[in-house]
Amino acid sequence: MNRNIVLCGVGGQGILLSAKIIASAAELTGFEVTTHEIHGMAQRGGSVTAQIRYGRNVHSPLILEGQADVLASLEACEALRFGHYLRPGGLAVVSSQRLIPVTVSTGQARYPENLDKRLQQAFPRLILRDFCALASGLGDVRMSNTIMLGALAAELAEITTETWNEAIKLCLKPAFLNSNLAAFQAGAKA
Amino acid sequence: MRQLFSGNEAIARGAWEAGVKTAFGYPGTPSTEILENFARYPDVYAEWSPNEKVALEAAVGASLAGARSFVTMKHVGLNVAADPLMTLSYIGVRAGLLIVVADDPGQHSSQTEQDTRHYARLAKVPIVEPGHAGECREYMIRAFELSEKYCCPVILRTTTCVSHSRFLTDTAERQEHPFPPFAPNPSQYVPLPVWGRKLRVKIEERLDAQVADNAADLAWHREFTRQSDLGIISSGVTALHCLDVFPEATILKLGWSWPFPDDLLRAFAAKVKRLIVIEEGDPILEEHVRALGLEAEGKNVVPRTGELTPARLALVKAALEGQDANLPAPLPSAADLPTRPPILCAGCPHRGIFYALAQFDVVVTGDIGCYSLGVFPPLSRTDVVLCMGGGFTMAHGMTKAGETRPVVGIVGDSTFFHSGITGLLNIVYNRSPATCIVVDNRTTAMTGHQEHPGTGCTLQGEKTASASIEAIARACGVTRIQVVNPYDIAETTRALKEELSAQEPSLIISRAPCILKEKKAIGKPYAIEPQKCKNCRACLKLGCPAIEAADKRTKPTINPQLCTGCSMCAQVCRFDAISS
Repeated sequence: MNRNIVLCGVGGQGILLSAKIIASAAELTGFEVTTHEIHGMAQRGGSVTAQIRYGRNVHSPLILEGQADVLASLEACEALRFGHYLRPGGLAVVSSQRLIPVTVSTGQARYPENLDKRLQQAFPRLILRDFCALASGLGDVRMSNTIMLGALAAELAEITTETWNEAIKLCLKPAFLNSNLAAFQAGAKA
Repeated sequence: MRQLFSGNEAIARGAWEAGVKTAFGYPGTPSTEILENFARYPDVYAEWSPNEKVALEAAVGASLAGARSFVTMKHVGLNVAADPLMTLSYIGVRAGLLIVVADDPGQHSSQTEQDTRHYARLAKVPIVEPGHAGECREYMIRAFELSEKYCCPVILRTTTCVSHSRFLTDTAERQEHPFPPFAPNPSQYVPLPVWGRKLRVKIEERLDAQVADNAADLAWHREFTRQSDLGIISSGVTALHCLDVFPEATILKLGWSWPFPDDLLRAFAAKVKRLIVIEEGDPILEEHVRALGLEAEGKNVVPRTGELTPARLALVKAALEGQDANLPAPLPSAADLPTRPPILCAGCPHRGIFYALAQFDVVVTGDIGCYSLGVFPPLSRTDVVLCMGGGFTMAHGMTKAGETRPVVGIVGDSTFFHSGITGLLNIVYNRSPATCIVVDNRTTAMTGHQEHPGTGCTLQGEKTASASIEAIARACGVTRIQVVNPYDIAETTRALKEELSAQEPSLIISRAPCILKEKKAIGKPYAIEPQKCKNCRACLKLGCPAIEAADKRTKPTINPQLCTGCSMCAQVCRFDAISS
């Protein structure tokens, strides 16, 4: 059995760090792991995606559309953009944060209305929360990504909570460790 | 111990383990992290050279002097380094020399989609194609042995997917490979025609030996024997995708992919009933397989352009089997989503010069860098982009052709040192009235802030001389030079007005450090007072991602988390509604 996870969001939200933590947790559990990142223009406001595959027999680093077990997004409309990667019965974990692209501000495009409804229709299994607000409540808005990890962790039952904590410890600077462990816990309860 | 390395990190690791002493390169996505990682290993020298040609020539010198060496670049960089590559194939190497080139199928961040295997064939040098990080490390080590065995350079080709995917990778200790000092040997190292003709013949002999060697050296290739009588020949990461998408096919994954292992290809073809060559890029292998007299399918079903993702290979499989691929389409509710193209960052200094340029009726020839993004609305102030250095040279040609509007050529600071200087020299020498602009943000920004000859710092963090763009321009003969602060829109507009009307070469240096590299805001965030705002939307003409407006009826607001306090929106507001 291989696990396929797609993360998405907008440049600067910490998607790549989340991918690193998931990969590290899978590696610590004893799986073969591969990740793939699309980040060529990540800091310049573009869409960012990361893919993580782990299991016993992993070849390609890329996930075929319709085969992701988990789709996690830090931006509401990006979840729809990559929604077709999710397999039937897969879990969508979505932050309700909305980031208005310049194409909308300059009138070239419109940001979708009734987004919550669209998400609920698109994803029968959906965790939709304002990770940004939760992170602000914990003192640092940049921890949205760690909260998102906490929210998806239960779906990847083969990885224990201790392993998640260990992976977070490996991937973060000590100064940010305790707050992010708390953020992970908050996500798991969200 | 195994580590989760990206392909680029693994290439750096492999080079270090192979005892590489010197490495050279020019940044370019997706290759950039190779040299950045290599530079951090102990006992090595690594540098950003001004351009890829300089890098390769320096590496040749290092190889002749006895140091295992490699160069890194993206595919278009090899166009710049093609001249030394061709002759290097003749004079050969002493200590091993690898040319590491990262192709970008699908053009994630490139102006073209090139298949570097053509260069291997053109220069008549071997090329190897790792498919994942583990192979990146292993192939680096093996390719140095190949390079020294045949005294010729070897190209190692990655693609974006290989460079930016992570796999668990073995590591080992460094092995030193000392060489005796350089000894003159003109008939080998000086390709005057009298000697060059003899070297030319030797290349063909070398190739014959390599064809036999490649077919016999099975460590470069992997065969996956499975149930079906469908046989696939592939290479690189495409072969890995095939393993997933064609779970029953027998697959030959080539590692050393030119010159071709003819006997191996023949033997594989004999084992299967139906043969298909699945290669990303051009049908180089496919045409060769047919030239061997083997029956094979290929680009009749495999896409000729773009990245061969698993989804596209699933379509190939469906076409071969005459079935439907049953791939999920994008969600219907995703049909009208707004796009998120890359844009100039909030607080980017380039925004000021492009906004000011938009006030004039001019033709703008641009170049490769963040400032290529000046083409997008609402700035829309770049008309053509060709290649590194082309911003100045195309402007020159336009003025000579009698373009009636003023012509502005734009290059970045790293691009100026890469290949902009000769274009400026030509503008002065051949008396063109073009207005040249160097958008100088004190770094190579687009690829992630690499040092260059103007930054005063080397790749390995040493302080060094900082080349002056003004002094170089004066030495080229430019007499009209203005340095402007692009955050001051009025000053920038005034300078443009003066230089656009000049009937002689002029240079504007638009100088302010990259806001991302600075990692700190310029000032306090600005905000728009809704009572004063008339919703005239003048501020939105800056295209700043910090200024948000959900729709036309809604007055714009400034996102304080994105705003850097650059003040440009306050400068363009006619109602004094924006302040910090």
